[in-house]
Amino acid sequence: MEDREIKELETAVEQIWEVAQRFGLDPYPTNFEIVPATVMYEVGSYALPGRYSHWTFGKAYHRMKTMYDFGLSRIYEVVINTNPSYGFLLETNSPVQNKMVIAHVLGHVDFFKNNTYFSKTNRRMVESVSTHAQRMMEYEFKHGRKTVERFLDSVLAIEEHIDPYFFIKREISPAEERRRHELRPKEGRYEDLWSLDKTQNAAKEEAEAADETPHERLPEKDLLFYIMKNSPILAPWQRDVIAMIHEEMEYFVPQMQTKIMNEGWASVWHARIMRELDLTDSEHIEFANLHSGVVSPQKGQLNPYYLGYKIFEDIERRWNEPSQEDREKFGRTGNQGREKMFEVRELENDVSFLRNYLTEELCEELDLFVFELVEDEEWTITEKRWQKVRDQLVANMTNFGFPYLQIEDGDYNGNRELFMKHRYEGTELDMRYCRKALEHVHTLWGRPVHLETVIDEETTVLHYNGEQHQED
Amino acid sequence: MSIQRNDWSLQRKGIIDQERHKDRVKEAIRKNLGSIVSNEAIILSDGKRTVKVPIKALDEYKFRFDYQKAKHVGQGDGKTRVGDVIGRETRPGSGTGSGQAGQDPGADYYEAEVNIDEIAALIFEDLQLPYLQEKAKKAVQSRKTQFNEIRRTGVIANLDKRRMILENIRRNAREGNPRFGDIKKEDLRFKTWEEVMRYESNAVVIAMIDVSGSMGEFKKYVARSFYFWMVRFLRTKYDNVDIVFISHHTEAKEVSEEQFFTQGESGGTVVSSAYQLALDVIKQRYRPSDWNIYPFHFSDGDNYYSDNEEAVKLADELITTCNLFGYGEIGEEGSSSYRRSSGALLSIFNDRLQNKDRFVGVRIDDKEDVYPALKQFFGKRGVETPA
Repeated sequence: MEDREIKELETAVEQIWEVAQRFGLDPYPTNFEIVPATVMYEVGSYALPGRYSHWTFGKAYHRMKTMYDFGLSRIYEVVINTNPSYGFLLETNSPVQNKMVIAHVLGHVDFFKNNTYFSKTNRRMVESVSTHAQRMMEYEFKHGRKTVERFLDSVLAIEEHIDPYFFIKREISPAEERRRHELRPKEGRYEDLWSLDKTQNAAKEEAEAADETPHERLPEKDLLFYIMKNSPILAPWQRDVIAMIHEEMEYFVPQMQTKIMNEGWASVWHARIMRELDLTDSEHIEFANLHSGVVSPQKGQLNPYYLGYKIFEDIERRWNEPSQEDREKFGRTGNQGREKMFEVRELENDVSFLRNYLTEELCEELDLFVFELVEDEEWTITEKRWQKVRDQLVANMTNFGFPYLQIEDGDYNGNRELFMKHRYEGTELDMRYCRKALEHVHTLWGRPVHLETVIDEETTVLHYNGEQHQED
Repeated sequence: MSIQRNDWSLQRKGIIDQERHKDRVKEAIRKNLGSIVSNEAIILSDGKRTVKVPIKALDEYKFRFDYQKAKHVGQGDGKTRVGDVIGRETRPGSGTGSGQAGQDPGADYYEAEVNIDEIAALIFEDLQLPYLQEKAKKAVQSRKTQFNEIRRTGVIANLDKRRMILENIRRNAREGNPRFGDIKKEDLRFKTWEEVMRYESNAVVIAMIDVSGSMGEFKKYVARSFYFWMVRFLRTKYDNVDIVFISHHTEAKEVSEEQFFTQGESGGTVVSSAYQLALDVIKQRYRPSDWNIYPFHFSDGDNYYSDNEEAVKLADELITTCNLFGYGEIGEEGSSSYRRSSGALLSIFNDRLQNKDRFVGVRIDDKEDVYPALKQFFGKRGVETPA
C-alpha cells in the first residue's frame, strides 16, 4: 500500500469517526493497523496478540491460513477490545473494503465500551496476556515444554467452565449467600434480570463480607477456580497457569455471550455509516456486494451477523412505528427506535436479546426452524412454531453453548474425590469427548473424578480413576 | 485515531505454534506407526508422495453436547416445512479408506495426510543393518560430488540460471527498472562443487518369499509390506547395498524386483530350494569375506514335511555364512499363535537350529505386526568392529 493510500485512509477514518458520533456511537479511540494476511490470521487465531504458545493456536492458525490461501474464506476484520482499541486491516483490502471494515470495527468498539456485560472487562488485556506469555515461557524453561504443554491441554479442556459472574460473588459470606438464596426465585424466564440486581449490590455485599473469611461454596460452576483452589496435587506454578487461563477466559466470556448482538450491531452501523459517505457509483456497488455478503442468510445454518442485524433493524422499526396494541399496552409513543436500540445494546446479552426481541414475524421472515437427526440418518425439520424455535435457539445459546457443569463435592466418598454434575436440560453429552475430558480433569485433580449426567434418559454417573472408565 | 503500518516481518508466533502442532501430529503418527506401516494407502501408493491414513485424532477434548442428539436451529429460503429433510448423515466409516475406521466405533480415527518420506524417516530412525562389519578388503571409497556453493565465477556449464535471473531482476530493480533483461557479467552465478569421500561397507540383502498356493492374499500382503519398507529402508540409509530377490514354491528362482512384488504362483512349498539358491548366489557373487550378507525369508511355514531336515541344515549353513538370518512366518489373518507348536517351520527352526544367536524368527498374525517385525530384524544391536 502506498503512502497516498494511507493518507486517504486516514481521511476516511476521520470521516467515519465523525459520522459514527453523529449517529450517537460512543467508541473508545481506535487505532488501525494495516497488516499482511499472515499477521491477520495470527491475531485471528489467538484472539489477542501476544498470547502464550500452544499447539492448538498453531492448529487454528494453520487452518485459517490454508482456507485463505485456497481462497475459501477470508477474515475482513479483527478487532481488539482494549482502550484504546485496535482494528486490523488486511493490506490487500480495496479502499471500500477498508472503509467498511473501519465502520464495522467502530460498531464493535462502541458495543465493547457500552454493553453492561463488558463493564468489568480488563481493557489492558493485551499487556496482561503478554505477561502471561512471559510467565508461561519461564515455566516451559523451568519444567520443560512438554510438561507445560500437557498440563495446558488439560486446563484448556475445561477453560469454558468459569463463572461469568466471577467478579461478583467470590467474597460473599455464607450468611449473605443463604439470604440471597431465599430471596431468589427458582430458575425462571427472567433469570438474567436478577443478575443485574446482583451487580448493583456487589459493592455493598463486598463491604459486608470483608470481615468474613472466604469459604468453599458448593455447588460451584467455576470448575477452573475450584480446581485451582482445591486440587490436592497441583504445584504452585500449575495453579498459576490455571489462574492465567481463568483471567483470559474472564476476558473472553462476555464476547462469547454477545456474539449475535455484537455482530448485528456492528453490521447495522457499518451499513448506515457507509451510506453517509461520499462514495462513487462503482464504490457503492462494491459496498452493496460486500454488505450483502456479510448479512445474508446461509442456507441451513444461522448467520449471526444476519440474525443480529435483522433483530436490531426490527427493534428500531417497532419502536419507531408501534402497532396500536403496543401503543395501548406498553405506552409506546413512536419515534423511540434509535433510543431503544441503544438501550438494548447496553443491557442485553444474546440469550436475553433473542428471548425478548425475536418475534413471530421475524421467525417467519427469516424462515427459522428446528432440525434434528431422525433415525440416525436424516437431518429433518421438526419444528416451525416460532416460540419453540426461539426457545430452542435460546437454549442452545445458554452457557454460551457449553454444557452446564458444576462441582458438587470436592471430598466425595470422604476421599477427596471430585464429584461433578451436568445440569441436564434435554441434550446429552458427547460421550467419547466426555470421557477424554474427564481424563483431563483427573490430571488436574489427581484423584478419582465423577460426573453425573443423563444417558438415554437415565441418570448415569461416569467414573474415572486414572486407569479406567466406569459408569453406573 | 490513527492508521499505522508497521513492519511485521519478524512476526513468527503463528508459525512457531504451527510447528508445535506439527510436532503433535508427528507424535500421534509415531504412536500409530504399527497401523500406518501396513496401511494399504502407503504400500500401494505407487510413487505418490503423500497419502491419507487414519490416525488417532488430535482433537481438543472438551465437555460438549452430542451434536447428533441435539436439536439445532437453522434458516431456510422461506419455503421450508416441518418434515423437510435438509441433510443426510453419512454413516461412520462409509467414506473412503479401509473401513477400519467405521468398524471400531470406540476409536477416534482421523484421516491425516502424511508424507511417505516423513513416515519413512520415523520408521527408519531406529533401524539399521545389524552386525554390520567393515570388510577390510573390499571397503570401497565412494566419491561423491556435491554441489553446495554458489560463486560469481565458474564454468559456463554450471551456470545457475534461476539465480542469475533473480540477480538480474534485483540489479535492474536497484537501478529503478524492475524487469528481466540486459544481463551483465555481474548477474552470473555458478554452482560449484566439493568432493566428498565416504567409506562404506558392502552389504547384500537376499529377500526370499514363498509364493506357493497356500500364501493367500493376506499373507502375500504382509510379506509385501515388510519388503516394501525394507527395500525403501536399505535404499535410503545405505548407498551401497545390493538386493537379490528370490521367490520360491517347490523350486526357487532369482527374479526382478517387479516380479518379486507382483507375481502370484501356486503349488507346494520346498523351502530348502530357496536357501540352496541363496547359498549358490553367495558363493558365486558375494564372498562372505568381502560382503555383509543378510538373507530374509517370508513364508507361511507350510513346508513339505520331508524337506524340513534339509531346510534346517541349509538355514544353519546360511547363518554361519551370513551376518544375520531373518525368518518371518505369517499366520492366517487375525489367528492366534496356535500354530506355533505345530509342525510349522518357525517352531522347527527354534528347536533345531544350531546357531541361534544370528537368527531372528518372527511370527506375524496381524498387519500391525509388520512394524515390530521390522524392528526385530533391523533393531540396534551388535555393531561390531573387526577384531
